[in-house]
Amino acid sequence: MRDQIDTDRDLTWLRAATAVAVLSVDPAALGGVWIRARSGPVRDRLVSALRIALPDLRRMPPNIGDDHLFGGVDLSATLSSGCLVRTSGLLGGGPALLLAPMAERMAPGLAARLSQSLDTGAGHALIALDEGADPDERLPASLADRLGIHLDIEGLAQADCAVLEPFSVGKARLRLPDVAIPGTAIPALVTVSSQLGIDSPRAVTFALRAARALAALDGRTVVDEDDLISATELVLAPRATRLPEQETAEETTEDPTPEQREDSPESNETDPHEEIQRLPDELLLEAARAMLPPDLLAKLAAQKAPRNGAAQAGAGAVRKGNRRGRPLPSRPGQLDGQSRIDLVATLRAAAPWQRIRRNLAPDAPQRVLVRAEDLRLRRFEEKSDRLLIFAVDASGSAAFARLAEAKGAVELMLAEAYARRDHVALVAFRGTQADLLLPPTRSLVQTKRRLGALPGGGGTPLASGLRSALELAHQSSGRGMTPTIALLTDGRANIALDGTADRKAATEDASSMARALRAQATPAVVIDMGTRPQPQLRGLADDLAAPYIPLPRADSRRLSAAVGAVLEP
Amino acid sequence: MTHPFPFSAIVGQNEMKQAMILTAIDPGIGGVLVFGDRGTGKSTSVRALAALLPPISAVEGCPCNSANPDLVPDWAEGVGTDMDEKPTPVIDLPLGATEDRVVGALDIERALTRGEKAFEPGLLARANRGYLYIDEVNLLEDHIVDLLLDVAVSGENVIEREGLSIRHPARFVLVGSGNPEEGELRPQLLDRFGLSVEVASPNNIEDRIEVIRRRDAYEMDHDTFMDHWRGEDATLRARILTGREALKAIETPDDTLRDCAQLCIELGADGLRGELTLLRAARAVAAFAGAPAVRRDHLRQIAPSALRHRLRRDPLDEAGSTARVTRAVESVLG
Repeated sequence: MRDQIDTDRDLTWLRAATAVAVLSVDPAALGGVWIRARSGPVRDRLVSALRIALPDLRRMPPNIGDDHLFGGVDLSATLSSGCLVRTSGLLGGGPALLLAPMAERMAPGLAARLSQSLDTGAGHALIALDEGADPDERLPASLADRLGIHLDIEGLAQADCAVLEPFSVGKARLRLPDVAIPGTAIPALVTVSSQLGIDSPRAVTFALRAARALAALDGRTVVDEDDLISATELVLAPRATRLPEQETAEETTEDPTPEQREDSPESNETDPHEEIQRLPDELLLEAARAMLPPDLLAKLAAQKAPRNGAAQAGAGAVRKGNRRGRPLPSRPGQLDGQSRIDLVATLRAAAPWQRIRRNLAPDAPQRVLVRAEDLRLRRFEEKSDRLLIFAVDASGSAAFARLAEAKGAVELMLAEAYARRDHVALVAFRGTQADLLLPPTRSLVQTKRRLGALPGGGGTPLASGLRSALELAHQSSGRGMTPTIALLTDGRANIALDGTADRKAATEDASSMARALRAQATPAVVIDMGTRPQPQLRGLADDLAAPYIPLPRADSRRLSAAVGAVLEP
Repeated sequence: MTHPFPFSAIVGQNEMKQAMILTAIDPGIGGVLVFGDRGTGKSTSVRALAALLPPISAVEGCPCNSANPDLVPDWAEGVGTDMDEKPTPVIDLPLGATEDRVVGALDIERALTRGEKAFEPGLLARANRGYLYIDEVNLLEDHIVDLLLDVAVSGENVIEREGLSIRHPARFVLVGSGNPEEGELRPQLLDRFGLSVEVASPNNIEDRIEVIRRRDAYEMDHDTFMDHWRGEDATLRARILTGREALKAIETPDDTLRDCAQLCIELGADGLRGELTLLRAARAVAAFAGAPAVRRDHLRQIAPSALRHRLRRDPLDEAGSTARVTRAVESVLG
């Protein structure tokens, strides 16, 4: 077992070395590499090998502005010299090789711009160093898709990793345009990629380019089987979204074979390697399969769980920025292409110095002498309000024992929410349907009145309650609020969405509504207020990806404390 | 820079290609929204379309590509009266673009260094008479999307800020793309796009192989590849230009109007924008097909693109909007 792990590590490091070599031969065609590893000696070793192989590599600070990326006006130099000074920017000149540290924290805007630059065909390449701790924390997907090689060297110890010897790529680069691919290569790679559930056709294109580079490195002008295997390992396997089906592997290999014969007679003729005619994609698939971690599916499930759209989109959550929202006092700073200047404050800052500066520069043509340190930037605070949606079970089963506590808890929470200036909404479900008793409000009085009038009794239309909460959450996030749902119930769903009393359908409806909510990435908490905790509710909480808190016999104070603890980040 | 990938060489994705061609025939249809997987040729097709279209004739140096010297806005400086041919503009609007960059703003450098009040035009000016392409439109900040759609509908960009009061024409076809798994657009915004298409990676191996073959040939053997497809692109360009000419003369029988209305009622699409777009797009389909009048098959051909994003959402409907539109088309048009 121990040996197995060691071999795996050795292989990983070997692959990393191959990746460095491939990338050095043809960085532009591969778009770059996504390296997932914590900062440490192993990563440093890899990066320094890359630096030696690619001497033009330039570090890109994580918070780089557009001016520095694409070129722009150098304001400080412009102001001090009195005439327009431009900077060229990292991507402004010819092909650029960028090294992006902390890529997992890259803002979607920057990622989009980089993706765009990689798409232009100007020959840029990016090495993204991703230090994400959990699967959620990763390079934005649109950018990852455009980086040819994906490497995960997490968990390698320095002892596993020999220092990478410098090598020369000049000859390989010269040979590269002449490298031919056998006619069977494309069908084989496409079959493998579809077996691995890779949707993006970019992957196969990258694999081809990697195979070409490998052949060139090896001094050949024809891509062979080993090149394709290595390319599969570097490019395709890390992108797998499902395990290849073992049983059907044989069937699928038959598909491309007849087609190869008809389609690519010329490449077959020019191909001196006889064995490559029979190149089975099974071989590639085997290589890929060997690389797939056994817990792939679990990992994928973790990644598939919707990342909070808010974190990506910037919609919701409180942000302090310098673009819009409630104005804050302006700050000194440099224009970075993102922020807006506060002209009045800038002039005010420059005003007291005018006489002194004029004395120093009597011939300056400007009417006002402004220097870089006078610049004041506007800042805004955009408060996106939180909305707490209570979905309260007012059915007969819940009513007698628990409804009073639930009401009390809502009131308490509301009082706190009021102090924090959150909004609160109340959805109650009983009988055959759910009602929005209280649209999003900050009014304490109104809430108390509506709560007091909340009647109990009847069936438990849990799915309807969730649907109302979902609709409300959707509307409110459209209005810039950040909704959170607190579901208080005893979990015995017995009324289906269409109002019929069918326990089975009711449970199914509730769980599919829960999944719909989860797909919207609305945070939630499920409070089981039944006297005996319900396993069913735990399942529902899983569907919601929400914490499940059983609180039998809790009074309103404990209820509100529990909800508060979960909701407070 | 190499030539963009040829439009006719894009494998499959017929619905997306149709939508793009229709906006080239009649830009008044409104924007196109393309939702689907990554790497399905969304941005490739926008760029390819622009390269396919004939160059526009514009006043040399005009920041908003004016078609004749009278239309050059008065704030544009140093613009002569010479005309110049330039390719149809395709402007990329990156995520995280600030409002300043999009609409234009006070030219800070000139304000500070020379004390002059000058306008620095933004992306909207440059996109005039062309295409504005937004990748991941669903992640764009709402206020920017609002602003874009407003300008796209009115055809004019109005700037009232920082002591500037400026307007300039901004007529462009908005093309937005995105991956629905990463967030949705608000229904109000969806409705503003003329057509919407769903793209997916081809699900048969043959098509996929062909995609990669062509892409590889494009990259490795560029000139031969472009020569090969130039003819097809030219044919398509000629058809688009003929379609543009034919558009005005296309007749719209009353029965077609009735069909449009019936379809929208059947689907419960809100507002009248659905009918109007459907009709307009169907007319462009007829023009492209060389037909004298709009017929039922033209409607049938474009109904999914024109209507699928205008339906009320039903979170539990697994089948999706396309299936609902198809069903309605079958029941109304037979």
